[in-house]
Amino acid sequence: MKIELDVNGKHMSAEVEERTTLADCLRYEFGLTGTHLGCEHGVCGACTVIVNGAAVRSCLILAVQADGDSVTTVEGLSNDDALTPLQASFRKHHALQCGFCTPGMVTTAHALLTHEPNADEDRVRDVLSGNICRCTGYISIVEAVLDARSAYGRDGQ
Amino acid sequence: MTLRQPNSFVGRPVERIEDLRFLRGKGFYISDLSRPNQLHAVIFRSPEAHGRIKRIGIERARALKGVHAVIIASDLGPTPPHIPLRLQPLPELVPFHQPMLAFEKVRYVGEPVAVVVADTAAIAEDALELIELDIETLPAITGRASAEAAQSVLFEGHGSNEALVWTAVRGNADAAFAKADLIIKDTFRVQRHAAMFMEPRGFVAEWQADTQRMQVWGAAKVAWANRRILATALQIDEHAIDMFELDVGGGFGSRGEFYPEDYLIPAAARIVGRPVKWIEDRREHLMCANHARDIECNVEMALSKDGLILGLRGMSYSDNGAYLRTNGSVGPRNISQFMSGPYKIENIHLQTTMLTTNKTPSGTFRGPGRFETDFVRERLIDLAASQLGMDRAVIRRKNLVRDEDMPYPLATITPYESVTDLDSGDYPAVFDLCMTEFGWAEKSALAGKLIDGRYHGIAIGSFIEGGAAGPKEDARLVLELDGTLTVYLGSSAVGQGLQTIMTQITADAMEMPFDQIRVLHGSTSHVKDGFGSYHSRSTVMGGSAILLAAEKLKDKICEAGAAALGCAKEQVLIDGQTVRHGDRSVSFAGLSPEPIDVEASFFNKKYTYAYGTQAAHVSVDPGTGHVRVHEYLSVEDVGRMINPLTLHGQAIGAIVQGLGGTFLEHLIYDENGQLQTGSLADYLLPTASDFPKIRAITLELKPSPNNPLGAKGAGEGGIIPVGGIITNAVANALSSLGVEPMELPLSPSRVWKLIDDARKRIV
Repeated sequence: MKIELDVNGKHMSAEVEERTTLADCLRYEFGLTGTHLGCEHGVCGACTVIVNGAAVRSCLILAVQADGDSVTTVEGLSNDDALTPLQASFRKHHALQCGFCTPGMVTTAHALLTHEPNADEDRVRDVLSGNICRCTGYISIVEAVLDARSAYGRDGQ
Repeated sequence: MTLRQPNSFVGRPVERIEDLRFLRGKGFYISDLSRPNQLHAVIFRSPEAHGRIKRIGIERARALKGVHAVIIASDLGPTPPHIPLRLQPLPELVPFHQPMLAFEKVRYVGEPVAVVVADTAAIAEDALELIELDIETLPAITGRASAEAAQSVLFEGHGSNEALVWTAVRGNADAAFAKADLIIKDTFRVQRHAAMFMEPRGFVAEWQADTQRMQVWGAAKVAWANRRILATALQIDEHAIDMFELDVGGGFGSRGEFYPEDYLIPAAARIVGRPVKWIEDRREHLMCANHARDIECNVEMALSKDGLILGLRGMSYSDNGAYLRTNGSVGPRNISQFMSGPYKIENIHLQTTMLTTNKTPSGTFRGPGRFETDFVRERLIDLAASQLGMDRAVIRRKNLVRDEDMPYPLATITPYESVTDLDSGDYPAVFDLCMTEFGWAEKSALAGKLIDGRYHGIAIGSFIEGGAAGPKEDARLVLELDGTLTVYLGSSAVGQGLQTIMTQITADAMEMPFDQIRVLHGSTSHVKDGFGSYHSRSTVMGGSAILLAAEKLKDKICEAGAAALGCAKEQVLIDGQTVRHGDRSVSFAGLSPEPIDVEASFFNKKYTYAYGTQAAHVSVDPGTGHVRVHEYLSVEDVGRMINPLTLHGQAIGAIVQGLGGTFLEHLIYDENGQLQTGSLADYLLPTASDFPKIRAITLELKPSPNNPLGAKGAGEGGIIPVGGIITNAVANALSSLGVEPMELPLSPSRVWKLIDDARKRIV
């Protein structure tokens, strides 16, 4: 079946089997391998992408369900010249080690701070608790996200 | 030989090079690789824990459109190749080696039985449904009781389910126990759990029929050792195999060991004559990657009435699962040798029996054997302190090994005889610092108190962490024609920031700018030999090899520069970019018509021992059994820090893994040997909201005398004492009820039941 989506601001289309997940479509049809698959059953959050503004597990929806949607992946939150403030904050706080969960952490945090730039520590922890990181123990990730709030228009910053 | 002072990079919290690609989604992991014309493999796995294979029907699967091959054991020769032991390769363990594909018998749920190769992974998975496997089931051995009862045996030729006994001896344990004032004895259990790194394992293999060469992408941890195993299994020369390391999504001991798929995917590629790709899914990972820890310890501690620990004695039983794979002996042997930890215990007789059971084979997971022994030892010390009426900090401090005792030999372990010494350290100073930083004196007032419906408790304990396993590591430095430097290294990256750390060490050793250095590692084409990343060894071994190679390279650069400047080698000075003689100079770029290439090996027989003390404050809800960690503090001396940022990350990450193993993580089997925890919804890992209050302090008090960096392996320490310390804190909280947990994990249901049982006893 043919699908058409807006991915990272570009119009893209693909011919996919109905059973193809959005994650596999992004990775293998569009070559956007920044979206990672850690469990393929919706628990680890590594595959999180932003669909029409909401953080979504791309392993749990089919590509055909995303037909006509607007999708942002970690590649769409990056530019080659400099790290974004959120990415720079992750680097400064050493909020990643092996890097496998990182794209999901970045997309989840970006979706959160876009909607809630004033999110407090409890809220950040609550939202990030849907993404598993086996390396860092999360302390540095939470610090990185809190530190990046100013770039999203946190009050008074 | 030592690094020049003042350093510019070593010791600084340099932000990682790796982050620039990982944060942009530009990491390149094995599942990101596709080769032209590639096919996809999936593995058909045993659905039964124990049984005889009567028939494998593959005709229907083979006939499915898009399927290219269905490979079973008989396709691999009269008997399929087996996986040898990489560590402690004892001949008496040969009967327990795993065949690459099950033949005659299956011995655990998930054991590979057939490989399907198809146009897509989805078609291959469809074909799995069409394979018919007839198994005559045998009673499943699922623990110590059934292993010893031997209603069935896994290896009939061996005749029992006991594979081997490890024995650690020091002094005379029986004599020490005979004169003891107090003997504390109990049975302790640590549950089966696992490393559970986030990136699933995978390989892409490609066979070049015309040149008879094999290329394998997806190597990790110990590429050179695995190349030797693969070469033997494929019956080709090891130099006909190239193993390539890509970005690796976590290791923690488990990834990169040789599993059946390490052979099956290359073998399939050779059979079908096309590149073959395989990526495991999480359910496979839970069933197939090494499990760890599953242990029962019947151990006793002898003490004098003034609290000196006189001896340790006892028997432990390690549930090793169905086969002994590459490093399956490490945990069980460590349980005997490292039970004494950082304490001066002169009389030891500890044995560990390795049992074979119908569960997934086990291997190392961060702090192998040490997490378990520290649980046992720290619990015994708290139980002893309680009996003696002594303060729990005082009794520990009194028994710590002193600097003047170093090098301090640990118990000698047999049959694969190993002697090792604690190398250096001021254990009491670190203990005192932990007490002060934690506020032990103030927090002692909380012990056992019921505040807002929760009982509060604290605990403290010390640990050692082994590191820097030999025998050697290789580094090759190449000064390129453009004046930049390429470092080729036998160490491998598993997510720990190796590229950054090695660049720091090289930059200082060569006095070169950071951005002029390129570090390549982990692939077999880089250096002649390599030993990889395990036993917290990369920084010490790889880093020391770089120092040696840098000395050689500088010498050659001086030589080339002197020739260009027409003077003697001794007359030139180098600064990392130019060679100078008086007011004349020549740039590294274009210094010689060929790249200048040197190789050096660092040899080491002595382990390093980082050490430290940790303390915890918890509270327990007696209504639910829930334990909250209010504060967790670790203080560790690592001798020398290369990068405080990454080291701190290792410490915190390890502690949280330890908390996962203490509270959450459990691989549960039923009586038929079926794994009940086959997803991450069943096997619980710590999440961001579980353990927010953790601190780690790293010190550089006592450098290791055993390497030129003075560094000690430091990737595992944090995890080691967590189970023991948390359990002691829980017991301290519930002291008014007399609750003494002896088994992990401390799940809410287990803690609640202990409280409920205690209340019934009191009533």
